[in-house]
Amino acid sequence: MTVMAVKSLSVTRRNRAVLKDVSFEIGAGELVGLIGPNGAGKTTLMRAALGLIAAHGQSSLAQMSPRDRARAVAWMPQAREIAWPVTVENVVTLGRIPYLGGAQKPNDADRDAVEKAIAYLDLEALRHRTATRLSGGEQARVLLARALAQQTPLLMADEPTAGLDPGHQISTMQTFGKLVKAGTSVIVSLHDLGLAARHCSRLIVIDDARIVADGPPEKVLTPELIQSTFSITAWHQTTDQGTIFQPLEVVT
Amino acid sequence: MTRLMAVLTALLALLFSAALVLGPADIGPVESLRALVVDNGGALTLVMREIRLPRAILAVLIGASLGMAGAAMQGYLRNPLADPGLIGVSGSAAFGAVLSIQTGVAATVAFALPLSALTGALVGVFLVLSLAGPRGSSLTLILAGIAISALAAALTSLTLNLSPNPFAASEIVFWMMGSLADRSMTHVWIAWPLIALGGVLLASLARGLDALTLGEDAAEAMGISLKRLRLTLVFGTAAVVGASTAVAGAIGFIGLVVPHILRPFVGAKPGQLLWASALGGAIMLLVADIAVRVVLPSRDLKLGVLTALVGAPLFLHLIYKTRKEGL
Amino acid sequence: MRVFVLNFKSIVIAGLVATGPVMGLAEAPKRVVSVNLCTDQLAMLVAGPAQLYSVSELAFDPRGSAMAEQAKTYVPNGGFAEEIYLMQPDLVIAGSFSTPATTAMLRRLGVPVVVFDYASSLADIRDRLLQMGDVLGQPERAQMIVADFDAQLAAFQAEATTNPRAALYQANGYTSGDSTLAGQILIAAGFENIATEAGFPYGGFLPLEVLAMSQPDAIITSNPDAARSRAEEILSHPVVEALRETTGAGWFSDRDWVCGTPFVLNAIAATAKLRRQLEGDGS
Repeated sequence: MTVMAVKSLSVTRRNRAVLKDVSFEIGAGELVGLIGPNGAGKTTLMRAALGLIAAHGQSSLAQMSPRDRARAVAWMPQAREIAWPVTVENVVTLGRIPYLGGAQKPNDADRDAVEKAIAYLDLEALRHRTATRLSGGEQARVLLARALAQQTPLLMADEPTAGLDPGHQISTMQTFGKLVKAGTSVIVSLHDLGLAARHCSRLIVIDDARIVADGPPEKVLTPELIQSTFSITAWHQTTDQGTIFQPLEVVT
Repeated sequence: MTRLMAVLTALLALLFSAALVLGPADIGPVESLRALVVDNGGALTLVMREIRLPRAILAVLIGASLGMAGAAMQGYLRNPLADPGLIGVSGSAAFGAVLSIQTGVAATVAFALPLSALTGALVGVFLVLSLAGPRGSSLTLILAGIAISALAAALTSLTLNLSPNPFAASEIVFWMMGSLADRSMTHVWIAWPLIALGGVLLASLARGLDALTLGEDAAEAMGISLKRLRLTLVFGTAAVVGASTAVAGAIGFIGLVVPHILRPFVGAKPGQLLWASALGGAIMLLVADIAVRVVLPSRDLKLGVLTALVGAPLFLHLIYKTRKEGL
Repeated sequence: MRVFVLNFKSIVIAGLVATGPVMGLAEAPKRVVSVNLCTDQLAMLVAGPAQLYSVSELAFDPRGSAMAEQAKTYVPNGGFAEEIYLMQPDLVIAGSFSTPATTAMLRRLGVPVVVFDYASSLADIRDRLLQMGDVLGQPERAQMIVADFDAQLAAFQAEATTNPRAALYQANGYTSGDSTLAGQILIAAGFENIATEAGFPYGGFLPLEVLAMSQPDAIITSNPDAARSRAEEILSHPVVEALRETTGAGWFSDRDWVCGTPFVLNAIAATAKLRRQLEGDGS
């Protein structure tokens, strides 16, 4: 079952092509890492696929009505914004908005989804705390719980691990892994190639507005690609503790 | 939350009754309320029905409007400093009203006055939202507000100064400071439709404002149409502020003070704050109007003076807090 | 009832005849400029031919000036020092509310300025007329006008029997009490002023409630200006309308009520007529 498909997706901004002719599909149970250098077009790709910005080409998500789309994909933008000092429980409940009409109050199904999300991310102790006063890592968990509460087949996250301590980075990726095993698909953009290599089942590499590679990490992360796309050398090995990928030097 | 609403409603009912029985004419409370209900043809009934009742009703309608509009703008801009008076919406509405009175348009059609004020307010809100940008950072927002308030005040003064009528020049005080003195049921009739319409529009924003807590992108992805949200906000605010300003002048700070005070009681949820601020705004304006009558009954003290005396220090406090947080 | 206009014409004719030789005196100013609406009218009444050169623009507005027609023979001025100086007057007459800066400037420029106090009683009207007579070198003429004024005034005061209560109500909810000219007009017409009852001897802002509760026998309001203003909205408030309908309703016109000139007799006449109507209704 395809949870999302884009075909020949292109975005032009100020007469410059920021995304050129991108096509791919994502099926159920995939943990896709979107990687590429700064300014390559990762965020643009995700927002265009969602239909949040104008684009040429086709995207299955963008074609949906806003309501259907909200039930098909949960989007976690890069800016982890929580504008008001609301409780953690309240933030997570916001994820049920696509299911609440007009002035409806959350029903049992909604409360159930919220409880599951809170439990999944181990937020029970923080439940009544003010979300804006939590640490960066805790806030990231809260926002992830919101996305989970939305109960969508696909979850899209833009740099969800940026600025988090190593523990939170790893646990975030592990949470994605658990979700994927349970049937949800996840696509995340990452700068940390080590995390991407260790946790993702598939990598899509974007460079200069185009897809330059799409496949499992061991096939994609060749030294040639790493050098031409990221201008670095790296140590890449599969060990008994999993794949390890460590960038080493900058090459010109 | 429902307990909060119950408390606010009770307080509102109490203050409404107080507003009905207080006034410069020396009448006992029981007697006044009886004269309100039973028409014995005397002067007392006239006073109660045509002077005190419309004044109390207008205080509730206008206070609720301003409180709700303030909560809505703050929710949309995600900035606690937004207030229709501060950001120039009331000033633009006043200009629209003054223009319609001075050109004689207001005298032609019954609803011409509030509709002109609505138009002025529309221009004001639209300008603010365009200038402040998608996420109104405090600095841009306040600067936009200063610019629009100044422009509106200048145009209003100009219009009044050019009028051949000898009283026009001193009217600027009413328009800039607001007053509910000696309003009549006529004012209630011309104001309430637009206030009701605007109120409904603003109330419909609750869900969207809640979603905006997570930012524009996330809200849009959750199915909230940001374009529609913005339009509804613009029209709702313009309707409500326009009608209020048309009959009572520009009363500021209610949209700033009330949401700020009530925010902790609704768990900072923007959607619920809308309703709470409506009640809270009505309460605050009733208190101000009663104070005006009790403190200096012989002078025509303007409402805006009292709301500014309370609101401006709070505004200063909020600015200080914002500076500390480095925004 | 334009009582005083008829007498004015006869005064002018008599004055021309009687004061001809008086004009020859060296002290009488020959080129007088008045910059205040009230002094304009007093000057126009008392001055000899070709003595008054200019009156203020307000004198030409029939709403505020009872002598708008007569004013047309004079040059209008806007009350500014520069234009007045260029008229080369040998005397400027101003009111106590004229801009002090303008008056001071004219004096610095060497132009003699006489400042007339505001009239707040009928006695003041006499004093101002006589003062104008002195200033313009027309004492006999002034005395004639005063005598005529006194005679007509006495006629009104002989009539009053009962004293119904009236309220004066103007823009912005202002009322005038006994210590004002308008209040004195009311008294001369035979009314009692509710403003005094309510504790406003000089007048000021009267809350609408107090007006309603005082239950006056008559309410006298100004006619709204053709150009609209919000200040005058209160005059069409339902309570004021109700009072107009259920009690006697009179009208306050700026030209006859505001300035201390003999034209207040028109105001007194109109108001006395109202009083007589009320008495005739058995109220």
